[in-house]
Amino acid sequence: MDRGQGTKKRTLELASIATAIVIWEIVARIIDIKYILPSFTSVVSAFIGLVQDGELYRDIMTSLNYFVLGIGLAILVGIPIGTMMGWFKSIDRAVDPIIEMIRPIPPLAWIPFAILWFGLNKYAAGFVIFVGAVFPILINTYTGFKNTPKVLVESGKVLGCVKNKDIILRIALPSALPSIATGIRVGMGVGWMCVVAAEIFGVSTYGIGRKIWFWNDLHHMDMVLTYMLVLGMIALIIDRAFRYLVQVWWLKWQSGVVV
Amino acid sequence: MLLINDINKTYHSEEGDEVLALSDINLEMKDKEFVCFIGPSGCGKTTLLRIIAGLEKPDSGTIILHDEPIKGPGPDRGMVFQEYSLFPWRTVLKNITFSLEMKKVPKSQREDTARQYLELVGLSKFADSYPHELSGGMKQRVAIARALVNDPKVLLMDEPFGAVDAQTRNRLQQELLKIWERDKKTLLFITHSVDEAVYLADRVVVFTSRPGRIKEIFKIDLPRPRDRTSVDANVLRERLLSSLGAEMKNTID
Repeated sequence: MDRGQGTKKRTLELASIATAIVIWEIVARIIDIKYILPSFTSVVSAFIGLVQDGELYRDIMTSLNYFVLGIGLAILVGIPIGTMMGWFKSIDRAVDPIIEMIRPIPPLAWIPFAILWFGLNKYAAGFVIFVGAVFPILINTYTGFKNTPKVLVESGKVLGCVKNKDIILRIALPSALPSIATGIRVGMGVGWMCVVAAEIFGVSTYGIGRKIWFWNDLHHMDMVLTYMLVLGMIALIIDRAFRYLVQVWWLKWQSGVVV
Repeated sequence: MLLINDINKTYHSEEGDEVLALSDINLEMKDKEFVCFIGPSGCGKTTLLRIIAGLEKPDSGTIILHDEPIKGPGPDRGMVFQEYSLFPWRTVLKNITFSLEMKKVPKSQREDTARQYLELVGLSKFADSYPHELSGGMKQRVAIARALVNDPKVLLMDEPFGAVDAQTRNRLQQELLKIWERDKKTLLFITHSVDEAVYLADRVVVFTSRPGRIKEIFKIDLPRPRDRTSVDANVLRERLLSSLGAEMKNTID
């Protein structure tokens, strides 16, 4: 794409967002009830206020803390189990029924046990996020390993890579990486949704999800909307950053954009 | 010397049917000989190649290379597959160094060796490219270099030029002959093309359709470098074609 076209596309995108904001502002002023629809300007001023007194920063850090805890654990658990299931048929047969029993349970249904097992703390929140994120990671890892092209495994064998451990690490794992990256991306999406839910049940007084409910109880809908938008923006930033990192560091050998 | 003794192989389909893929295969290959396998699709020639590579086990019979029976894949046999088989996550150079890594050759030494073979196939400029950036013919040249760097005694090639266009194919055949004359490997080459077989091989082995048996062995004693259009080559091509033609007809019937 040449630069001129890129600029044109960017202009169109910005114009689109600007139009949406203008319509929002006009509609909000016509309705003129802050409780039903806070205006754009009131959200902006709420946002600025939150940034200035540092409260937003604290909320974001709290939520990210739970998120990293849950996703990190999901990666540490999901990739090895997915690998084993994808590579060894007997492990697949043994573990798959259990996974398929647990997987359909919505992560939020785990909240009572999360509190019971871990107490009202960040580990309970992390656990709920973990439950949400682990299955997409596990299943995409599994699929990635399962779909390792036979010809690559055989090429490896002919070239002296014959031990199971070597084949897994040097052939199947790199071949499965695009699929694993997709799994992590989907897992992070689900995990971020779980952040909101995990915070609602009161693991701390900070956190983006927590504040949505706090301000809702006080009927401060401009604050609610501000936190909603922040949730969306952070999810977007995490997703874009991950995609960028994956493409630059992990999968630069791929021709097209996969994740 | 590569000895193929009484190889039999039966496949069992999931419905319980048995397909006899190879029946009583006996063949003796001298060192540095260039042998082509030719035969109808599904005649088991690929299976035989895979058995020699150690990727499959025969139901009975043995393969003996330099007095050693073959039990599994080994560095004395290199293989170039029909499909593109380069590791897409490795650069061209790193693809070639793979087998040397497995042998724990020090890094600088394995890269030097790899570069020599890359030059041999004329792709020095592409050392740091990824496979997806190469054309089909280039990929197969890298695959050849990757197989050769391990310095195998036997090079097994399963229709390596099947997927490239005719002109590239002619060039690759010439390059392969150059490499074979330089390195003097025993070369076992599967093809569907009578023209390719007559241009390349010392001997051409014709297989019957199911079950795969050796039908006839043609000695191609044309002087090298060969002329594709010479009268002698044409006569051989015709004899090969008629031998093969009977088999093709059987497959269709």
